[in-house]
Amino acid sequence: MGMTISENILASHCGKTTVSPGEFIEANVDIALGNDITAPLAIKEFEKMNFGKVWDNEKIVLVPDHFTPNKDIKSAIQSKILRDFAKKYNIKNYFEVGRVGIEHVLLPEQGLVLPGDLVIGADSHTCTYGALGAFATGVGSTDLAAAFITGKAWFKVPESIKFIYFGKLNKWVSGKDLILYTIGKIGVDGATYKAMEFTGETIRNLSMDNRFTMANMAIEAGGKAGMFEPDEKTIAYVQNRAKRGYKIYKSDDDAVYADEIEIDVSKIEPQVALPHLPENSVNVREVGEIKIDQAVIGSCTNGRIEDLRIAAQILKGKKVHNEVRALLFPGTQEVYKQALKEGLIDIFIEAGVAVSTPTCGPCLGGHMGILAPGEKAISTTNRNFVGRMGHPESEVYLASPAVAAASAVAGKIIHPDEIN
Amino acid sequence: MENLIVGKAYVLGDNIDTDQIIPAEHLVYSTSDPEELKKYGHFALSSVPIDKAGLPEGGKLFISGDNYQSEYNIIIGGSNFGCGSSREHAPLALQVAGVKVVIAESYARIFYRNAVDGGFLIPYEGTEKLNDKIKTGDKIEVDLIDNKIKNLNSGKEYQLRPLGSVYDIVNSGGIFNYARQNKMI
Repeated sequence: MGMTISENILASHCGKTTVSPGEFIEANVDIALGNDITAPLAIKEFEKMNFGKVWDNEKIVLVPDHFTPNKDIKSAIQSKILRDFAKKYNIKNYFEVGRVGIEHVLLPEQGLVLPGDLVIGADSHTCTYGALGAFATGVGSTDLAAAFITGKAWFKVPESIKFIYFGKLNKWVSGKDLILYTIGKIGVDGATYKAMEFTGETIRNLSMDNRFTMANMAIEAGGKAGMFEPDEKTIAYVQNRAKRGYKIYKSDDDAVYADEIEIDVSKIEPQVALPHLPENSVNVREVGEIKIDQAVIGSCTNGRIEDLRIAAQILKGKKVHNEVRALLFPGTQEVYKQALKEGLIDIFIEAGVAVSTPTCGPCLGGHMGILAPGEKAISTTNRNFVGRMGHPESEVYLASPAVAAASAVAGKIIHPDEIN
Repeated sequence: MENLIVGKAYVLGDNIDTDQIIPAEHLVYSTSDPEELKKYGHFALSSVPIDKAGLPEGGKLFISGDNYQSEYNIIIGGSNFGCGSSREHAPLALQVAGVKVVIAESYARIFYRNAVDGGFLIPYEGTEKLNDKIKTGDKIEVDLIDNKIKNLNSGKEYQLRPLGSVYDIVNSGGIFNYARQNKMI
């Protein structure tokens, strides 16, 4: 019986020729990732064990990106725990403010995650790396601590759901719209304990940045991973970034899936997920009259250069509505620099957008753009849970950079066609 | 851990996400400092909308006043309990607040794994939907050996899905203690 890409990667990392869904395995991880919220707890557990050394100081990656540059004294103390640990154990991939980016934009960009890798990260959006054909999944701090010591983690081999996208994308429709539509179709627990595998002719034509966006939100359907088979686009992305070898895994022709779902993308218009669940996705024209107080463009979901290009394309020569605060968060310093080079930052500032250093900040209601009671935001982030971006009585509407930028200008949620 | 847990139920709806369980703004407290640790209990479930806090009526705060422990130690949830972030502070906050057991229709994967591997609480799955059969404040008895719960107010019993090795891991206090006790490390 054939195996899916997920099963092939998991099997190769536990020394088996085959694995099947439901099987429990202990596997060697290639990368173990933590951030300034989750790693301090892992470090505390690690130090309690008195092990004295880490498994591999090149495979542990520490990214202080959530509450940085530190928002207050308490978060500064948490970041210092990371910094001190990185120094003590000579962790090679610790990224200080000024070099740091949003982890799930940063790691692929730096070539730290490569096709065929098995990655655990104490952050739920670790599934982003599935875009590279790596099996990557979120864990908690205790599992991260165990990996700090052993380089291993236990897994239950997940079943896979195959999504087959076909047809031509409509104007302004991006990877964000495809994933919001997909989550709307299967629900926020539609892929719980399962790997989502994104395939089909539309996917083959989709850029890497759009693939990252889709893989990133697999967790919003409960998915354990969001997988893409590597192709020539993947190779082009990694070839100048990789500093070590990697292996391409694909799904066997006779791989077995729990379900196969076909999606005709030509029927999909730009999507908006209404409060308070990512599954509440509707066509942007069906949203109705929703005035917004804030527009957020960026994050691990949509903070890559293509996202910024689309937002700039819409904002060029226009002004953000006078009752809207528009915030832009480039994913990394590299993305920021590239945007500067292309003149995009000029466009944003001319339009009245506040451009920030890379941080997770407002996405999780951390800092740099918190909502007051009753306020509404359109955001290119990944969650619109109750109180996600601030007060429990505030609201978040999820959308693509195109819809967020257009809405920032209009002062209300609109289709990009209505402004360009 | 005792094999019979008796206490008051706190009933919640579907899709209780980790931002409702412990909002991100509170993820800055040190877990090593006993006073700061109490903050996690104090803010546990603080972002659940008030009309959905303590079903069926709602309007019942999980934590009252300045307390860090709840009068409720058994949570009855719906489907997809703990969806969202990988923050281990979510099961930790419930544990600090005094929660021993969560009984839900289903769980988000990372929350379930964290609850067990960190040894914070027992995540039981019901064999049927229970958050429409049990009311907040009902006195409940959870039998960890026979995998069933009894509503002492109504006298009704419900079967739960067996825990397997989850019981042993949580009982040991998490995977590190479990691995040590079983000479795995």
